[in-house]
Amino acid sequence: MSAGGIKPARTFQQAAKVTLANPQMRRNLRHATTVIREKRERAVAELLDWEALRDEGAAVKDHVMARLSEYLLDLESAVKARGGHVHWARDAAEARGIVAGIAEGHGAREVIKVKSISTDEIELNAALSERGIHAIETDLAELIVQLAEDRPSHILVPAIHRNRAEIRDLFRRKLGAELLTDEPKALAEAARLYLREKFLTTKVAVSGANFAVAESGTVCVVESEGNGRMCVTMPDVLISVMGIEKVVPTWQDLAVFMRLLPRSSTAERMNPYTSFWSGVTPGDGPQEFHLVLLDNGRTDVLADEVGRQTLRCIRCSACLNVCPVYERAGGHAYGSVYPGPIGAILTPQLLHLEDKNANTLPWASSLCGACYDACPVKINIPEVLLYLRGKITEEKPLSVEAVAFKTAAWVMSEPHRFEGAIRLARTGQGPLVRNGAIHALPGMLGGWTDTRDLPAFPPQTFREWWRKRPAPQVRGDDGNAQTSEGEPVAPERTDDRGPV
Amino acid sequence: MSGEAKLDILTRINRAQARQQEPFARVPVRPSARPRGEVVEQFAEYAAEYRANVVRVPAAQLAGAVRDRLALLGSGRVAIPGDLPAGWLPPEWPFTPDEPGVTDLTAVQSVVTGCAVAIAETGTVVLDHGAGQGRRALTLVPDHHICVVWEAQVVDSVPEAVAHLRESVVRGQPLTWISGPSATSDIELSRVEGVHGPRVLDLLLVREA
Ligand code: SF4
Repeated sequence: MSAGGIKPARTFQQAAKVTLANPQMRRNLRHATTVIREKRERAVAELLDWEALRDEGAAVKDHVMARLSEYLLDLESAVKARGGHVHWARDAAEARGIVAGIAEGHGAREVIKVKSISTDEIELNAALSERGIHAIETDLAELIVQLAEDRPSHILVPAIHRNRAEIRDLFRRKLGAELLTDEPKALAEAARLYLREKFLTTKVAVSGANFAVAESGTVCVVESEGNGRMCVTMPDVLISVMGIEKVVPTWQDLAVFMRLLPRSSTAERMNPYTSFWSGVTPGDGPQEFHLVLLDNGRTDVLADEVGRQTLRCIRCSACLNVCPVYERAGGHAYGSVYPGPIGAILTPQLLHLEDKNANTLPWASSLCGACYDACPVKINIPEVLLYLRGKITEEKPLSVEAVAFKTAAWVMSEPHRFEGAIRLARTGQGPLVRNGAIHALPGMLGGWTDTRDLPAFPPQTFREWWRKRPAPQVRGDDGNAQTSEGEPVAPERTDDRGPV
Repeated sequence: MSGEAKLDILTRINRAQARQQEPFARVPVRPSARPRGEVVEQFAEYAAEYRANVVRVPAAQLAGAVRDRLALLGSGRVAIPGDLPAGWLPPEWPFTPDEPGVTDLTAVQSVVTGCAVAIAETGTVVLDHGAGQGRRALTLVPDHHICVVWEAQVVDSVPEAVAHLRESVVRGQPLTWISGPSATSDIELSRVEGVHGPRVLDLLLVREA
């Protein structure tokens, strides 16, 4: 089985039951997300104008969405002017057909691939294999996932759910590598040896694209290992598949995204390698280049006033790493190549809210808002989640869920109602609390506590505390903001961002 | 058929777009106000944090520094772009000028090139594969890349670098942005240098006379 597709085989709740029972995966994921999260805070704090940059990123993307056809046509003519070919694909099947057709036209039995979610989205590998063409994933993690006949569990570190011993066994079995140790260095070397030969002998390569510049026809792949550089440089023929939302108007616009993406994604100032190319370059790299522009549900997302912002996504995975639900349930629970908070809003929309399993994804969230705070292009994921919940439940009149949702929306829409409900809950919770937590909720709320404990409602809500708090004094003697009791209101910052 | 698909997609987009357009103004590129010395210093520091070996040399000692790095790694076969300035290289060392389609890059151990611009904000060097930088495969297949960066080529920020590269892009040249050597963190998040690209990146940061 190749990794791929966006149609979940089960509901999120069913899938999460399985993944929650895998403690190894949970440990690995918690470690990864914690490490990346902390690093990201530091990387972001270095850029003084981060908030302005996020606004800029969002604005460029919104501008693109408002004039998408124009920029796609510009991109097409720029790529063609540089000797490339451009193809338009309405859906996954059409895109698969285009790529397979080009590969077949060159008599390819093998193609090399650089990690690309859009090709996973269209389930390209399976389609190629049906036609007798083997697609070799060249990103180390993707290779691991492919050899294990597994699915990626994270956008950025797809094999994060596997540990080194598992990987060594896999390489022994599948690559015949005589590995003495399970040191990451030795494992990487084994992969290098296996893949190098493929890079130097394979004629056709397939990639995704992080961005494409309308004015110059420049396509971009952002990566770390060099497998991307290999794929876009060494073969004779290069086919890049990109979602239509990836176009940006001008070359200068990339400055915004080359600052936002690496810091949000791997929490680095810059990723080790980024390749840019425009059509074909005589004497350098592939002499045949194909760009496949993929719709596959995106124009429907575009048509939706609230959902449209989903198309700003630059696939950085920052929202995954801050999401408490993702951290516990893991990527596989989302049943789609798009996991985590972005997956919870993108997958059902790409499927036009028609897939009953995908339609459970908007509930895979605690609505804590961490994803919105982390998103470099300010996609209001909680807003879209709630909106989608509303749209999905509207179609199921008077189900328990619908009633509960409508009640919650009514309660939350007015602060006094919300506070009233919390006060009510506090009085009512007495018999349910043990050791400061609620372990089982009665009735229809029971599903919530099946897989988690709920902290008991505090004796005082934040709003109540806020109203009754002592009047703050703005500045202490040392210039730090202080309360009247002399306690700093926020921990002292060690970075140089200045007052926030 | 593709023509039909194109028409369909464009129609769907245009139907989706029956609405007001957001006003949109790009933020102009702000030139750096920082002292040059500070900018260059930061580039050196950040590039080194990415495990590039940063060697600072006065222009007169560039060739000697190239020799030292090659000797240290014991590189026998060294390729260079055909148009690399001869003055950058130690005269006694044998260099192979790269000829696309002829040179077997898998037999080359080290390569010496220049770059187009370097970025202090990120510790990145950018090759636009113009003069003195060779084709893309040259700095990809061999295991050791020596990249000569002149202090005057270091800019402060990513937007400045992007503005600087505009002409190359408009001319259709490919670009390679390099921040440290090839690296992966795919196995249990431990960083390993060199999976597919060069495992050793030497940056010779040259002070003009
Ligand atoms: S939704 Fe935002 S945070 Fe999540 S992957 Fe996309 S751009 Fe990154």
